[in-house]
Amino acid sequence: MGGNSTEKMSLKLKVWRQKNAKDKGAMVDYDLDGVSPDMSFLEMMDTLNTKLVKEKGDCIAFDHDCREGICGMCSMMINGQAHGPEAETTTCQLHMRKFKSGDTIVVEPWRAKAFPVLKDLMVDRGALDDIMAAGGFVNVNTGNPQDANSILIGQENAELAMDAAACIGCGACVASCKNASAMLFVSAKISQLALLPQGEVESEARTQAMVAKMDELGFGNCTNEAECEAQCPKGIKIENIARMNREWVKGAFAARK
Amino acid sequence: MTQDNTTKIKKLDGKVPAGPVQDRWKTHKFNMKLVNPANKRKYSVIVVGTGLAGASAAASMAELGYNVTTFCIQDSPRRAHSIAAQGGINAAKNYPNDGDSVYRLFYDTVKGGDYRARESNVYRLAEVANNIIDQCVAQGVPFAREYGGTLSNRSFGGAQVSRTFYARGQTGQQLLLGAYSAMMKEVNNGKIKSYTRREMVELVIVEGKARGVIVRNVVTGEFEKYTADAVILATGGYGNVYFLSTNAKASNGSAAFRAYKKGAYFANPCYTQIHPTCIPVSGDHQSKLTLMSESLRNDGRVWVPKMKGDKRSPDLIPENERDYYLERIYPSFGNLVPRDVASRNAKLQCDAGHGVSATGKAVYLDFADAIKRKGEDKIRAEYGNLFEMYQRITDQNPYKVPMMIYPAIHYTMGGLWVDYNLMSNIPGLFVLGEANFSDHGANRLGASALMQGLADGYYVIPYTIGNYFASEKFGKVETTHPEFEKAFSDSKSKYEKLLAINGTKTVDEFHRALGLIMWENVGMGRNEAGLKKAIAEIQALRADFWKNVKVSGSNVDINTELEKAGRVADFLELGELMALDALERKESCGGHFREESQTPENEAMRDDANFCHVAAWEYLGDGVVPTRHIEELTFETVKLTQRSYK
Repeated sequence: MGGNSTEKMSLKLKVWRQKNAKDKGAMVDYDLDGVSPDMSFLEMMDTLNTKLVKEKGDCIAFDHDCREGICGMCSMMINGQAHGPEAETTTCQLHMRKFKSGDTIVVEPWRAKAFPVLKDLMVDRGALDDIMAAGGFVNVNTGNPQDANSILIGQENAELAMDAAACIGCGACVASCKNASAMLFVSAKISQLALLPQGEVESEARTQAMVAKMDELGFGNCTNEAECEAQCPKGIKIENIARMNREWVKGAFAARK
Repeated sequence: MTQDNTTKIKKLDGKVPAGPVQDRWKTHKFNMKLVNPANKRKYSVIVVGTGLAGASAAASMAELGYNVTTFCIQDSPRRAHSIAAQGGINAAKNYPNDGDSVYRLFYDTVKGGDYRARESNVYRLAEVANNIIDQCVAQGVPFAREYGGTLSNRSFGGAQVSRTFYARGQTGQQLLLGAYSAMMKEVNNGKIKSYTRREMVELVIVEGKARGVIVRNVVTGEFEKYTADAVILATGGYGNVYFLSTNAKASNGSAAFRAYKKGAYFANPCYTQIHPTCIPVSGDHQSKLTLMSESLRNDGRVWVPKMKGDKRSPDLIPENERDYYLERIYPSFGNLVPRDVASRNAKLQCDAGHGVSATGKAVYLDFADAIKRKGEDKIRAEYGNLFEMYQRITDQNPYKVPMMIYPAIHYTMGGLWVDYNLMSNIPGLFVLGEANFSDHGANRLGASALMQGLADGYYVIPYTIGNYFASEKFGKVETTHPEFEKAFSDSKSKYEKLLAINGTKTVDEFHRALGLIMWENVGMGRNEAGLKKAIAEIQALRADFWKNVKVSGSNVDINTELEKAGRVADFLELGELMALDALERKESCGGHFREESQTPENEAMRDDANFCHVAAWEYLGDGVVPTRHIEELTFETVKLTQRSYK
């Protein structure tokens, strides 16, 4: 392994602490020694929590699950960047070797009107599910559809659809956007389905419904800063937002109601 | 421990339909009772867990008209651990024209499972697999395509045909998002009510039927009661009993285990899958292990230095001093032998002193030949995201130096016992996906978990649940029923008890200690002395836990330590049950390798005369040895033989 490092790091952490949704919350300072460069960022947080449980009967709440960068559960603004400084990397896959001993690291939750803080670094991202329920699907019931190979999809579109479908729904795009816009997330799903013949039929209605829901839930608009693309752990491109806008305009003109 | 209550042993009936194996599901579908479309809205179903099995079941039943309520532990149904499956999903489409058929997929799966699965279930699985691919494509799942627009296939372990469909190294993600989107469509239609950040803590049985659950709302800390006409558990496996596994941190065995404590039988708990290609452990801080997809064995070659303790850098070890041991021992399957075989051989090589890395607990997975043959770009296109993940974790570039891999706990074939209808021995309690025991026998083949989860959810439960509803009568049950009140107060007091201990050791410390006992004694090699030792150590650890665990915080608001404590309390009992099952099964089969039962070539040696059965454990109370019931396995279609991949 490149791992098995013997040197240990000492860190100063400034972490957002908030008891529950009603609490005001504040930054709290912690010192942590004995951090191995091979630890993931979340393992560093585990180490801090073990110390806090033992010494203070307290621990910092944060979301995490698969710890292999695919479930989209982990979040954290690390030194002002969603998922920290490493490009196309989720917090769980960020390793402490990217920091130096003596560093001060500021850890905050995702901040957006549509993502209320539940506790400490945990936020409620249910709004993303609500947008998906508004139209992020192909209307096909379980049954006996046509043979899979009867729908031919050129490799280029299949790849583009897959690029968009790689979104893990973590909400980093919202957290990194000064307008707290969810456009990158929404456009990734709209793009995936608009690029495929299966989803094309409903594309116009889908786009209208998902965009309307996104606006209703308090997400902001896009002003083309591209922070979302820069901080997306899965490299979702803002071209998807352009595609979504085209689909939206098409839908607006085609509207029959 | 010995069985002292032999008189009570039952022979369980899997309720398998009669007739030739290829006609059973067809016949059964026709014979099952139906609920008329207008009456379906009168029935309600609870689905716990929203991975592939739970989400596909919830969506399909809601489409039929049933009222569905789902619960998941994460903040969204889309996060279930099915999402992490990398390599692919099997189906016998025979698109590559390489000789595949439903029968061959069935045969490979029965053989891969080392003849410890129910033939009828496996045949049905193979039969509906083609339909799953069609369904997923119709939903917009972006499977890999050839230039002409048709679907692409790759090969996986335990098969000599290419039948695995994939979406880069993210097949589980794409299939789950497909099932999730179908589920959200029904949320939009008002047929599914989805509750997130809920953990099931009790199953509620009323008049002998599963009629509801108690869940803990992990945001408020409150316990909530929900009623229904049937309960489906699709809560995944219990691999996290080992602490270090490829499972997600929240994956746990509690829902299944608490159902066991309410009377559901737990089948073959000792059948665990140890996946051969994982990133090795790097230190004590490690919180989980990361899998590198089996698909890598299509192109990667596994080797160790021939010389013991060879510490040279791999590029300095010449070709003739390398042992490509899988290719040497298993010339027909080579690097694509099933997982249990690959894992065991890696352990044998490391135990014999050929292991690499600082710990000596790793073997090489080398892509140099594949890169020479296909070019780096082609390898990047096929496995790019896996290579990136490897590099992020280990800080080494696998395009330049061979990967180092070692086996890790990945999947549990055991689970709650179910009949052919996927119903447990408790009427109205159905169990789907990894949470049940039914289809993989003693070893699961790669790309079969996704297939089974979706088969159960899309194509089995929508039929069998209707048959259950149409065959039974249901009175209305209110949440004020004494059984709900009792389950509610039991749940509350269990969590209050955990908080009251206020000891000195953290929950994770106990979990790690349990994991070590399990990995050492109930891991890749098991023997009588080790298993007995494990049982004694687990009992002592459990007693210590209930005296010395420190759970911080309170029962209101979010308390992640309390959630973990509840799960570890269950693992401390489940671990013992696994060791007991492993002790009683004196044969080797698939992933269960009893060192006393091996061929001269160190292969798993089954004992069909005494163990060609499912062991299903019945809970009889704390501190009492559970009863080991038996379901005989009969092989009418596939002949029982010693598995060979040579």
